[in-house]
Amino acid sequence: MSNAIRFSAARAIAIMIKELRQLARDRITFAMIVMIPFAQLMLFGYAINTDVRHVPAGLLDFAATSQSRTLVQDLEASQVVQFIRRFDDLKQAEAAITNGEVAAVLYLPADFERRLLTRELQLSTAPIGQWITDGSDPVLSGAVSGLRQMPLSDPRAVQGVDTSSAVFEIVNYFNPEKRSAVNIVPGLIAVILTMTMILFTSAAIVREREQGNMEFLITTPIRPIELMLGKIVPYILVGLLQMGIILTLGNRLFAVPLPVDLFSLLVITLLFILASLTLGLVISTQAQTQLQAMQMTIFILLPSILLSGFMFPFSAMPEPAQWISELLPATHYVRMIRAVVLREAHWSDLHFDVGYLLGFIAVGMTIATLRFKKRLD
Amino acid sequence: MSPIQPELAIETQGLSKRFQNYFAVNQLDLQIQKGTIYGFLGPNGCGKSTTIRMLTGLLTPSAGSAKVLGYQLPEQADELRLKIGYMTQKFSLYDNLSVLENLDFVGQIYGLTRSARKARIAELAELYHLNDKIKVRAGALSGGQKQRLALAAATMHQPQLLFLDEPTSAVDPENRREFWERLFDLSDQGTTILVSTHYMDEAERCHALAILEQGQKRADGTPKQLIAQMHAAVFEVSGDNLRQLRNALMARESVISTAQIGERLRVLVSLDQPQPEVWLKAQVSTEHQVEQTRPSLEDVFVANTGAAYVQRHPL
Ligand SMILES: Nc1ncnc2c1ncn2[C@@H]1O[C@H](COP(=O)(O)OP(=O)(O)OP(=O)(O)O)[C@@H](O)[C@H]1O
Ligand SMILES: [Mg+2]
Repeated sequence: MSNAIRFSAARAIAIMIKELRQLARDRITFAMIVMIPFAQLMLFGYAINTDVRHVPAGLLDFAATSQSRTLVQDLEASQVVQFIRRFDDLKQAEAAITNGEVAAVLYLPADFERRLLTRELQLSTAPIGQWITDGSDPVLSGAVSGLRQMPLSDPRAVQGVDTSSAVFEIVNYFNPEKRSAVNIVPGLIAVILTMTMILFTSAAIVREREQGNMEFLITTPIRPIELMLGKIVPYILVGLLQMGIILTLGNRLFAVPLPVDLFSLLVITLLFILASLTLGLVISTQAQTQLQAMQMTIFILLPSILLSGFMFPFSAMPEPAQWISELLPATHYVRMIRAVVLREAHWSDLHFDVGYLLGFIAVGMTIATLRFKKRLD
Repeated sequence: MSPIQPELAIETQGLSKRFQNYFAVNQLDLQIQKGTIYGFLGPNGCGKSTTIRMLTGLLTPSAGSAKVLGYQLPEQADELRLKIGYMTQKFSLYDNLSVLENLDFVGQIYGLTRSARKARIAELAELYHLNDKIKVRAGALSGGQKQRLALAAATMHQPQLLFLDEPTSAVDPENRREFWERLFDLSDQGTTILVSTHYMDEAERCHALAILEQGQKRADGTPKQLIAQMHAAVFEVSGDNLRQLRNALMARESVISTAQIGERLRVLVSLDQPQPEVWLKAQVSTEHQVEQTRPSLEDVFVANTGAAYVQRHPL
């Protein structure tokens, strides 16, 4: 490339203004910018509830002491299970699981109190009871098996033991109404931005090629970097707007806390928006049609939803999935935004994720600028 | 680098473009004088657009060399970009921007200052009769209006060299004439113009032209030269039963082409045939009148392309 034509901010701004004008006039795209966050928030906030509640359960209480009754009450208070039947023998209980009447049965043996005591005195780690669950529904049985350990270490179930540190753990666990939305809403920003940022930028450039504007544009003195910058900046604003919509609605509808440190939120979100936009630019240098650009976006969007830690916990993934997950900008953003919104972290505490996104942007921009040729062939 | 031959705006040698196994442009030698209007005349798919794309640096030639305004292509394409204007075959401005916004955008891209832009846009809108459409979205313009907008955009920065790829394909004859008046104005101000077309009347207006077919140059020169050099004599035959006569004549090897024009049959006889007028008169009955006429550019085109070309240049 020659040095005859210098970088000109004015040309980049010209592209930017043009892009904003087109965006403002394209009603459908504009509606999507607002509607996507709204619809997704409703969908994930209300419809897809990963918190299991009121699992129908049965009780087989051979102990029938005041302590066993306290335990059962505590379990019901958690709202995870609801004891709808009492059984007299195991056969009955098994039959009820088989025909789907209940999804789980709590079995408390006759020597329940002795077991509790030996466990309390740390003479034994033997279980004091048993949950029999319907394994054919992994979500329900998973929820119950999560409960399995819990109430037994609950100090309230055991008189006279003071383990104040454990109380928080339990309180957290016993607060299922908010848990899902609080985690999902910040993660949702990652998913929505991944989708819209990548798609809009890649489509914005591919559209020019498809509609023939590019043939004119590349005979002008415009430089690739000016074109890229001019295309990116309007979508940064769009991304921030979407973030604002999600957080505001999340706060109003699901009581998701608004971050105290708005500056940190801005820093990490800008980083993630830029990373997604550069990814969109790289796609645009490959895709020939808007349809192809959309397909490539979905190719990145799916792992971003499934592997970023948004839907499933990162630590539960097999190792190869974790490697892929670490490559995705969304993973780093989900991690950072949860830290900033839920744990009140400062952006500078998150060296690794901030560093990764910075590197991602630099590499992506370089690839996109190099790959974008001012040629048709 | 200074231009080596300042009087030539475009010079190519053996310029070729191959797509997979297909030569869209094949061994093209061109010499286009500065300040002229030069035409590319040829049928669909003959390689006009591909040639223009190579000359504007959009496509890399597969073989051959091209020098445009003294710049070697494709290496110096970037320097060239400031000095050329290109009006694409397909409308390439933005449909959802207004006429004014499109022109303003192009002005910004070419680095015109705000005041220069304002003055230039006012001038162009006046010149190309866009004033009453200045706030209309480009997508809502008629074919002819779009063409004028595209020309205004391509000439925004007063380029030395203007490429126009079939600029009048959607324009009525009246507006076409008007459009060509503007081209002559530009040419008068020193702009070199390369225009592709498949209209004979447009080709006739060019200072010089090249006839292209299947990526190859079949003939080039000024319209006068081309007519003078034509290797055929042109006759008009009138009388009865012209359809039968036509079929009979077409079977003869010396007849390059016949075309019925109203009550007359226009016959091109190859100059390979000695004394063509005497020969033709012997071919027709006494009821037919044979009259030699002045060849047109269309005759030149017919005589240089298709079967006529193959006949004279056997493999
Ligand atoms: N990118 C490409 N890939 C493959 N073949 C191509 C490509 N571009 C053009 N061609 C082929 O090259 C030939 C010349 O095309 P070109 O567009 O230059 O013709 P043209 O003279 O401009 O025709 P028209 O008058 O229809 O515009 C055509 O046969 C076309 O199919
Ligand atoms: Mg063409």
